[in-house]
Amino acid sequence: MKNMIKQVFHSPKFVVGFVMFMLVFLTVLIYPLIVTGDPLEMIGNGAFFEPGTYVNVDEVVDSQQYKLHIDAKSKKIEKDLDQTTRDDMKEWLSKFGGVEESSIDTKDTAALLKLWQDHYSTDIKMTGLTAAKQKYFKRLGDTIVDIVNDEDLSIAEKDKESGELKEKTKIGSNVFARVSSISNRKTFILGTDNFGRDVLGELVSATKTSLKIGFAAGIVATLVGLLLGLIAGYVGGITDDIIMFITNLFTVIPSFVILILISYSIGNSRRGVGLVAIIIGITSWTWTTRSVRSQVISLRNRDHVNLSKLSGHSMFRIMICDILPYIASYVVMAFILQISTGILSEAQLSMLGLGPSTAKNATLGLMMNWAMQCSAYLNGKWWAYFPVILVIAIISFSLNLMNTGLDQVFNPQLRD
Amino acid sequence: MILWGDILKGLKRYYGQKIIWYLVTLVFAIILNFALPRCMPGNPVAGLVGKAASGMTDASATEKIQQEYTEKFGLDKSMPEQFFKWAGAAIKGDFGVSFKEYPKPVSEIISESIGWTIALQLPAILVGWFLGNLLGAVAAYMKGVFDKVILPVFLFMSNIPAFGMATILLFVFAIKLGWFPASKAYGYDLIPNMSWTFIGSVIHHYWLPFLSVVLVTIGGQAIGMRSMSIYELNADYVKYSRFLGIKDRKIVGYVFKNAMLPQITGLAMSIGTMMGGALVAEIIFSYPGIGSALLAAITGQDYPVISACTLIITIMVLLANLFVEIIYGLIDPRIKAAQQD
Repeated sequence: MKNMIKQVFHSPKFVVGFVMFMLVFLTVLIYPLIVTGDPLEMIGNGAFFEPGTYVNVDEVVDSQQYKLHIDAKSKKIEKDLDQTTRDDMKEWLSKFGGVEESSIDTKDTAALLKLWQDHYSTDIKMTGLTAAKQKYFKRLGDTIVDIVNDEDLSIAEKDKESGELKEKTKIGSNVFARVSSISNRKTFILGTDNFGRDVLGELVSATKTSLKIGFAAGIVATLVGLLLGLIAGYVGGITDDIIMFITNLFTVIPSFVILILISYSIGNSRRGVGLVAIIIGITSWTWTTRSVRSQVISLRNRDHVNLSKLSGHSMFRIMICDILPYIASYVVMAFILQISTGILSEAQLSMLGLGPSTAKNATLGLMMNWAMQCSAYLNGKWWAYFPVILVIAIISFSLNLMNTGLDQVFNPQLRD
Repeated sequence: MILWGDILKGLKRYYGQKIIWYLVTLVFAIILNFALPRCMPGNPVAGLVGKAASGMTDASATEKIQQEYTEKFGLDKSMPEQFFKWAGAAIKGDFGVSFKEYPKPVSEIISESIGWTIALQLPAILVGWFLGNLLGAVAAYMKGVFDKVILPVFLFMSNIPAFGMATILLFVFAIKLGWFPASKAYGYDLIPNMSWTFIGSVIHHYWLPFLSVVLVTIGGQAIGMRSMSIYELNADYVKYSRFLGIKDRKIVGYVFKNAMLPQITGLAMSIGTMMGGALVAEIIFSYPGIGSALLAAITGQDYPVISACTLIITIMVLLANLFVEIIYGLIDPRIKAAQQD
């Protein structure tokens, strides 16, 4: 046994897979210890806040001001003028400003603004345009005035009695605040989702639930598959025929379909995390049964098994003591694959709206489903679903690598 | 020459057995499709009535709805009677009327979407399977960059679920680059007809869903083909042929033919899983196939449509499997040999 484990850990594929899986697993265990609090708390008032650090504006205004000799204004203008605005400016200038189109470079902000200030005027008639487009260009002109405006910003307070605004401070364009001295900060490394929840914390908690589902489904599937495979292979005869008939049936009838039928019929209210795991487990045992059965058939006429039979050992004992040790490696390999199948099945079911329906839990599939329902895919809110896909892929990839590594250790013919 | 008759007879027997087996499977699939929802605690009709009657205060109206549904489902009859009535109608293509899009018949919803699904999945799975085998064989034989870089990359991709790949392609090629449309199977402004604009639009919309299925299929097939090829390349007959001085090219031909055979069976076994994945990928693109119909039915609690969809998916998978086995019978010489005696 010790030797076998040593051998397994000499397989580079297994080790890489194992390390990847353990990284995910340990993150899931350790992260909640560091970041305490409810991972599913709806912290953002609004959907899909972008990843980044959020600081309290009130505190920034009140904090000490630092003047730096940095041309902050032009950098801000550079950022505020997005590509569509620049293209629209170019369009106006070439159509009505009388500027040669080829001489306008939308990349050069300073030159573009200069051209705009020289040529743009609200007096020029924009002929040949729809009213909507004319209004759009007027708005564009106002926006640019706002962007370029270099006057100091006034912070005012309302007088409680008279309702008059009283200026409190002025903020010039080169005034800075020190981030570390602002106490009200919140970092969303992966932004927030459609419910305003921190995606990172939610992802960790979802991974944990999905791993649980994978493990539970894997255990159920492996136990059922092992039991049926042992009986079919060892007993043989009509029992074998019946079990193999059922196994073949469920290999051909897609488990996906049976999953949908059962999950739907159970109904939304009863479909918890545990039940979904069990349903996935009882629909994915066929592969294990097949491989266990064929292994058992090749084992059942070995000398040591016959000797056991002659000694009058019970069938149960022969299966546990004389057959199981020989197929243990196959069972472990099948179990590893079942975990990844379980996680994928849950994700698929959840995408169809048949996943676990508890408000207290998030799973990887549910996160994808929520992102889809709030059309995060179409709006480019990548942080709500890319990390989820990546985690699914990493878990599945690491488990498959471990499986391939084990396969190479136990089937010497497959070694390179 | 004398053998030809025997071979044909053998093949006939093989096909006969296969077809009977698949018919039996189909019967079981139909029974499951009927029985599973009805075996579950709380029958679906009760739920449906509850939904239809919600907000009604009139007890007699609720009762009338209950009666109507009970009659529609034939719940007043015995289970076997219900089954034969349901199965008889289903075989004729009559799946009843959709609840959500009342009074549209379910068969109409299915026939509108099934073409899209077949046209998307069949080529995608076949192309993915073919490219995967090609990559696996090349990786086993040439090694180098194929084995060390390209194969692992595709292997990693094959662990992304098809719907995940769909979202990635959607984000990169439709949202960011804008090369392809993000959803539906043809332009919003078009009515299906046989004009070039329409066909062009269909092809333009086809690429992303197609690629998302192909890309996730390649890796899994390639790794199987690679290990089969390595196994065959190390087999005794290869060494013996080399020893006899047979040309490498010819040996490689034999090796890959032998390595292909398990891959064909593998295709038959995994076609159900692949289709499941691809159906969910359809949803991402709102592709008007069975997957989207199924999602709409599940969200809308449209039980007859769900039942019809699952049955159609099962039948498609069974047919695909049967087809693969027929091809297998033609290719594998052992089957002809085994069936002769």
